Amino acid sequence: MTDAVVEIKKLWTVFKNGDKESIVHKDLDMTVERGEVLSLVGGSGTGKTVLLRQILGLEKPTKGEITVLGRPAEELGKRGAATRVGMLFQQGALFSAFTVLENIAFPLRELKVLPPDLIREAAMVKLQMVGLGPEAADKMPSDLSGGMIKRVALARALIMDPPLLLLDEPTAGLDPESSDSFCLLLRALHRDMGLTVVMVTHDLDTLFELSTRIAVLAEQKVIINDAPKEVVAFPHPFIHEFFLGERGQRAMELLREYPFTV
Amino acid sequence: MTTSAPRIEQQDTPQGRTLMVQGAWTAADLTARPVWDALTAQLKGLDKGKSDSSWNVTGIEKLDYLGAQLLWNQWGREWPANIEIEDAQRAVLETVARFPVTEIKKKKADWRAPVVALGERLFSFADHIKSLVRLIGQLLLDIVRLIRHPGEAPLRDFSGHLYHIGATALPITALVGFLIGVVLAYLISQQLRQFGADAFIVNILGISLIRELGPVLAAILIAGRSGSAITAQIGVMRVTEELDAMRVMGIAKGFRLVMPRALALAIAMPLISVWTTIAALVGGMLAAWVAMDITPSYFINSLPAAVDLANLTLATSKSVVFGLLIALIGCHYGLRVKPNTESLGQGTTASVVTSITVVILVDALFAVLFKNIGV
Repeated sequence: MTDAVVEIKKLWTVFKNGDKESIVHKDLDMTVERGEVLSLVGGSGTGKTVLLRQILGLEKPTKGEITVLGRPAEELGKRGAATRVGMLFQQGALFSAFTVLENIAFPLRELKVLPPDLIREAAMVKLQMVGLGPEAADKMPSDLSGGMIKRVALARALIMDPPLLLLDEPTAGLDPESSDSFCLLLRALHRDMGLTVVMVTHDLDTLFELSTRIAVLAEQKVIINDAPKEVVAFPHPFIHEFFLGERGQRAMELLREYPFTV
Repeated sequence: MTTSAPRIEQQDTPQGRTLMVQGAWTAADLTARPVWDALTAQLKGLDKGKSDSSWNVTGIEKLDYLGAQLLWNQWGREWPANIEIEDAQRAVLETVARFPVTEIKKKKADWRAPVVALGERLFSFADHIKSLVRLIGQLLLDIVRLIRHPGEAPLRDFSGHLYHIGATALPITALVGFLIGVVLAYLISQQLRQFGADAFIVNILGISLIRELGPVLAAILIAGRSGSAITAQIGVMRVTEELDAMRVMGIAKGFRLVMPRALALAIAMPLISVWTTIAALVGGMLAAWVAMDITPSYFINSLPAAVDLANLTLATSKSVVFGLLIALIGCHYGLRVKPNTESLGQGTTASVVTSITVVILVDALFAVLFKNIGV
């Protein structure tokens, strides 16, 4: 038995726009092993977010199959999906009509099995695990800052302790300081909860700080899926430009200073 | 990988009772209804106060934060005196134990609350009136600006609104008007036949449809259809910060958003009103023909004698006022939307309810003021 959390085989994604067809993924294969933090990297339009949405079962690939935790991705979205996968959307996607605590407790409360007290306590613990104080519990999402929204959204994604966490640009729109502390938080949660993480990010600091593996999307497939050091050494024009440009050089120092292993 | 249901097994040893925690204590397992019911029954059966029983957690298959919370609550939020536990499990439980889960204070009921609520309502009403008056004033200023600088007119906006509010509403208003005309004619014909006053159906239908029902029906339909759309459009612009973007560009929202809509409705409303009235008259005419043998040619010929021209003037001027009010109320609620989805929904509902109420109120006002004209 392999320990793959996400398995993608021979995936094709074709977008039809009128009579023009654009092929985004062509025979794409990718595997995410348990306990990994895998970052998806690629130029714009290479279908990173589309791939993430396909893993979640939000979009159907044209051809090929995606297995998440041993089941086809389309089966996600059924009752109890929150126990298998947590998703942090780019804008947080908090329900604006609910308070912070109600937002976090929502997936658990909707099952209507557990008593309200236990749900509230579990939500309070998650709220504080993501580094927010109990006083934030009664706030409305519109009163929160960008960093807080991401934290609350993370707490909501983790409320049922899913083994797989998907992140779409987790640090986009955050200032460097909150971005750094969000990375630290993700790292601590990954360690404590034994999560498998798949994320899409453009932020090189986040990339090197968190990833145990990097998958590079180019030429309509995953050209390399390996440890960060191997990926950086891989000869390909996109990788060269992305990692070894001026920005990349600065961020690479992180890689040498704090080698992060699970 | 299959896991077994979370449960507690009791083992009696010479040293006392040991409670063995078994199975998978995870959110996935605990939230299945039969599993949860069985476990709570078992937990209730255990005597909480009994301190001589020791706990053994090492046999647990999986423990997540929800399971840990449940165990911790079972222990009365403190570590049991005798416990066997592995380090990983202890870490999870310690995380749960570390964070306070204090009860959120609920506000106490106050005898003054109803009075305060009433006062708040009054203030909010006054606030609505104030900003509506300000909106009307701003509209007048904007119209003055439009007259002085006709080149700045937002013509494309204006024509777009005219099309969406006016032209696309024609089928639905015609259908509703026609059916109301048919229904009225049938009802009235039965009453009139008793008195042999068949010919008066032209007078009754003419006056009621042209003077009252046509304009009011059209206004109510447009309030529901376009008033809500105006509120939603402007409200979404607030939610997506488009209004703020316009402000920092120095583009006046009164001139650019409110005025085109108000003018478009002021022009479209009388036209739709006439259209609805015509549809209703046609419906009434056909129904009168079928039910009472009053021929369309008689109907059309006697209509000018039955309905004074002043009625038409009154109906048209009424429609202009309705149109302006619907647009202003729609814009007013749209501009008051706060940047969240709930507020957007409330604003749209309030806008429709208010504009329909105001249309009927103003109609009653017109009826009282002009009771001597045209009848």
